[in-house]
Amino acid sequence: MRKCSLDNLQKVFALIAENASLYLPVDKVGGAVFEKWQEGTSYSNALNTVRSAKDFFFPQTENMMEFKTKGKEIEVVDTRDEHEDFVVFGVRACDVKSFEILDRVFLCEPVDSFYANRRAHGVIISMACTRPSETCFCQTFGIDAANPGADISCWKTDSEIFFEANTEKGEKLLSSIAALTEDTDEAAVEAQKAKIAEIMKKLPLAGITPDKFGGGKTSEFFNAPQWKELSQSCLGCGTCTFVCPTCQCYDIRDFKTNDGVIRFRCWDSCMYSDFTKMAHGNIRNSQLERFRQRFMHKLVYYPENNEGIFGCVGCGRCLAKCPISMNIVKVMKSLGGEA
Amino acid sequence: MQKITADMLIEKAVSLLEAGTISRVLGWKKGEFDYDVTPYVFADAESLKKDFVFDDFCGANFSKYLVAETRKAEGKVLVFLKPCDTYSFNQLLTEHRFDREAVYAVGIPCEGMADINKIKEITGDGISSLTSKGDKIVVDTIYDGEKEVDFASVLAERCVSCKSKKHVAYDELMGDEGDITDSARFDEVAQLEAMTEDERFAFWQSQLSKCIRCNACRDICPACTCEKCVFENPESPVENKAISDSFEEKMFHIIRAFHVAGRCTDCGECSRVCPQNIPLHLLNRKFIKDINSFYGEYQAGAEVGSRAPLVDYTTEDIEPGEAVMKGEGENA
Repeated sequence: MRKCSLDNLQKVFALIAENASLYLPVDKVGGAVFEKWQEGTSYSNALNTVRSAKDFFFPQTENMMEFKTKGKEIEVVDTRDEHEDFVVFGVRACDVKSFEILDRVFLCEPVDSFYANRRAHGVIISMACTRPSETCFCQTFGIDAANPGADISCWKTDSEIFFEANTEKGEKLLSSIAALTEDTDEAAVEAQKAKIAEIMKKLPLAGITPDKFGGGKTSEFFNAPQWKELSQSCLGCGTCTFVCPTCQCYDIRDFKTNDGVIRFRCWDSCMYSDFTKMAHGNIRNSQLERFRQRFMHKLVYYPENNEGIFGCVGCGRCLAKCPISMNIVKVMKSLGGEA
Repeated sequence: MQKITADMLIEKAVSLLEAGTISRVLGWKKGEFDYDVTPYVFADAESLKKDFVFDDFCGANFSKYLVAETRKAEGKVLVFLKPCDTYSFNQLLTEHRFDREAVYAVGIPCEGMADINKIKEITGDGISSLTSKGDKIVVDTIYDGEKEVDFASVLAERCVSCKSKKHVAYDELMGDEGDITDSARFDEVAQLEAMTEDERFAFWQSQLSKCIRCNACRDICPACTCEKCVFENPESPVENKAISDSFEEKMFHIIRAFHVAGRCTDCGECSRVCPQNIPLHLLNRKFIKDINSFYGEYQAGAEVGSRAPLVDYTTEDIEPGEAVMKGEGENA
């Protein structure tokens, strides 16, 4: 394990930024966002960013290719730009876990090369949480906020920052900043971990459990009478899906230009009325069906296809942002998911 | 804190249910914490007593829910309306969006609603409970124990510049009637007008570039009640789910502001629900301010059936050229 004084943090950022674009949470009006580090950019102490870190690998919108027409000729233009090396600093344990969930979707055959390239070019430095919010419930899904993981794990105290490499990429990056860090024992980090463990027990959502859910439970929950009242006030907006670190659905669209089209893909939401519109019609015509789909996907279908892993990381963003305050915790409790 | 309590509203609802005046109640359902209430339709006294709440965190405007709810079942639905909600209620009636006979409206006084984000700015995250006590809110936190915040300092932005404590629609009123207030709601618009064009462009660029196109502003908006929004219609050439460039994002919000101009009652729901905290209400307020200065004071929803200046014609109407000059003069 290595450490450095917080006074040296800007120097660490500068050194990392010499070889790759460095992104980190920055305080802005309306909440923290990931931004590219430049000299003077200060690291936010916010618990979490408004948008999740999935944007780094699966951006809200990206151009896939462009077609240009000239008379009867069609030129295909390569617009891809996912080959830049980058480092993301300050990713919380919940968002780190979300990458694993996205990997299982985008890296299985056929591999999504846009996502895969960004994954290959990115190094993730995580940050342990010391002040989880009342909306946090990562422990429900077995995530340890005190052991955030990724390529390098970090812990921050009032005066120092501690680094531990977990992967080869992490080792390499950590050795590149060796001049600014020193070896240390784990006493301070162990003390922080113990403190966080105590806090986690006190969180109001500590009793939420996924035990009732998982693969093979489709018939148990699909026709549950609770869906009707749970979904009755849903506006059908996309807030929950767009702030969610694990929602992965997208649409591919053509944008007409003067002399051709740009083919781009963008996040889509199962809450939208045209999400499942196909040539024959729409298979989900009511908001109840759309609402149910989102939660069944996270709690039943995803684990069914992924060895029991749930499709939620308990980051709490949807709890904070849903316009009507309806969310996965209320759904789980209503369906019996409380210890 | 609110002058009217949940118990008083429950009592009213139960008596109306028992009398057969209404068949169900549109109200706020208790959440997981003390601030995350959900709009809910209560069908009986038991569920009302168990889950109905009314406190400093009940900002949601229920008027728009009436469009769908009045079509769902027999009998009247009881809706509790705060003064600002009654303007949306009237505007929807003006646009024939629901059957007035299917609603029993009870006006309730409002002391303004608290903004949980403002509370958290003071107390930090980790709130375990919130209790309103007079002009204070007692916030119990996981980390620092109990803290007191002044209710006035955590009022939602739209309540700070509340335009009316007077109800403009109801079947029955609980508590005392208030007055139309002398709000400073156009001050922020005036600040934007005082900017240079470049500054103003930079302001909106920085705000609207945060948009994630979740459509929550449109979906909550009582003025946005098209059965099929043009932006959600696959047959429409402008249907899209995300930005293809940042210019397009601005167009979405500007087009929406134009569409609701003259119909927006300035209820402020758009800014309340925006997950990115974009002050969307300022676009609408600019239109309201301009309509007031070009055509004389007009408040959408102040009465049912009024013809908004933008869809009416009088020989005294300002000439387009004059309006442009007046606009430029103000912005210079």
